[in-house]
Amino acid sequence: MKRHLISAADLTRDDAVLILDTAEEMARVADRPIKKLPTLRGRTVVNLFFEDSTRTRISFEAAEKRLSADVINFAAKGSSVSKGESLKDTAQTLEAMGVDAVVIRHGASGAPYRLATSGWIDAAVVNAGDGTHQHPTQALLDAFTMRRRLVGRDAGLGQDLAGRRITIVGDILHSRVARSNVDLLHTLGADVTLVAPPTLLPVGVGHWPCEVSYDLDAALPKSDAVMLLRVQRERMNAAFFPTEREYSRRYGLDGDRMAKMPEHAIVMHPGPMVRGMEITAEVADSGRCTAIEQVANGVHTRMAVLYLLLGGNEPAVTHARTEETK
Amino acid sequence: MDAEVSDAARPVLEGPDIARVLTRIAHEIVERAKGADDVVLLGIPTRGVFLADRLAAKLAAITGRTIPVGSLDITMYRDDLRLRPARALARTDIPADGIDGRLVVLVDDVLFSGRTIRAALDALNDIGRPRAVQLAVLVDRGHRELPIRADYVGKNLPTSLRETVKVQLDEEDGRDAVLLGERREAGVPAAEGRRNETARSGER
Repeated sequence: MKRHLISAADLTRDDAVLILDTAEEMARVADRPIKKLPTLRGRTVVNLFFEDSTRTRISFEAAEKRLSADVINFAAKGSSVSKGESLKDTAQTLEAMGVDAVVIRHGASGAPYRLATSGWIDAAVVNAGDGTHQHPTQALLDAFTMRRRLVGRDAGLGQDLAGRRITIVGDILHSRVARSNVDLLHTLGADVTLVAPPTLLPVGVGHWPCEVSYDLDAALPKSDAVMLLRVQRERMNAAFFPTEREYSRRYGLDGDRMAKMPEHAIVMHPGPMVRGMEITAEVADSGRCTAIEQVANGVHTRMAVLYLLLGGNEPAVTHARTEETK
Repeated sequence: MDAEVSDAARPVLEGPDIARVLTRIAHEIVERAKGADDVVLLGIPTRGVFLADRLAAKLAAITGRTIPVGSLDITMYRDDLRLRPARALARTDIPADGIDGRLVVLVDDVLFSGRTIRAALDALNDIGRPRAVQLAVLVDRGHRELPIRADYVGKNLPTSLRETVKVQLDEEDGRDAVLLGERREAGVPAAEGRRNETARSGER
């Protein structure tokens, strides 16, 4: 169980800082004329996507190719999965092909954990988002972006986010990004506040290592970073709030609200942004919004994760807590 | 498993000797490069970087010019990556003007199998196209596994494979010394110990 990245909660502080530091070195590769390393030459990585995702898949693919891995993209649509093949059969097919790592996105929470622990496959498993559960590389790239902006590119090396105040706003209920971020930011020493309408908070949120509030305006002046989440219409199977306009008025970030944030504070968004709903164009296009930076940082961070999991004969990342939860 | 330097390690170079050989190497670089006009020094982490910094200071004193100096981490280019756990990366810092058309002098503490330098040449390939590449090392302990030799050598130190060479530098270890010791790996036959050592650090 030391070879997989299933949940941001599995990472120790030292693991997380090592990944962020490694990502900083990977970022230097992106500044070179030849953005390629021979590190994973001869290794095969499969991007196994049971759920649509362009951003995450392309990001992983870019990271894998920059490390010279052989990349196989597998989309469930139009594959044998739509003919009824199970996850187990798919896994065994990949195993027979000698795959070294599987990057999996699945609509069902827990699918990557099942793949990693059931013995179907020997490869390292990286969770690229499972249902409403976890998206650890997103949390890592967010932490990387925060550390760069709030601590500094070089000054941040070896540092965590101790004492930084992060506010996460929006649809917490359906958000694996929020869950992963709360876990990782807590590990890195940051204070997290979740802000959402009561209907968009999951049961048991009181036990999460964070504060919960319904009042965005109160949270803004004491935030170092404000992370907006997309309102996931596709997962909305009930009336969670009266109208989009009302949501936007209470939980959307516009120029006036942004002015209440401290001078140094940044606005983050995992994308895709729904302009006019959770964020206005004015905020999205301002220099304080890191949405585009987050995309670039995603490649560096995923390169770091893949290198640390696959670069040697055993991974450099120790998943101390996974052993306990098993 | 890291082979440790035994307590009986014997210093073969000490502080003043190291300063002297670096001064000599600096003069040799100026002589061969006819003034060090286009020289860029790239140290290989960890101790190669400190040596490169010291050489740059000496070159600046000799020529009166600032010599660009950087560091080149070769971890991701190693040929033994898969033989041992993934390791943390060190810093790669290429001087702002790059290395295209320049004379790059790679600087490392110990030259051993030559595999680290092979990896460094690969890494340079991805970064730019130097006019020429030269190699400066503090100690050459022999036992090359690749057709590589150094242009500037602080001290040739014929060693047996049962011996270890450990370089200590003030910046990292609090003192300047080159220590020669006996390997201390209980129960490891010589041939295997050799393989481990190559896998461990390539050059050391």
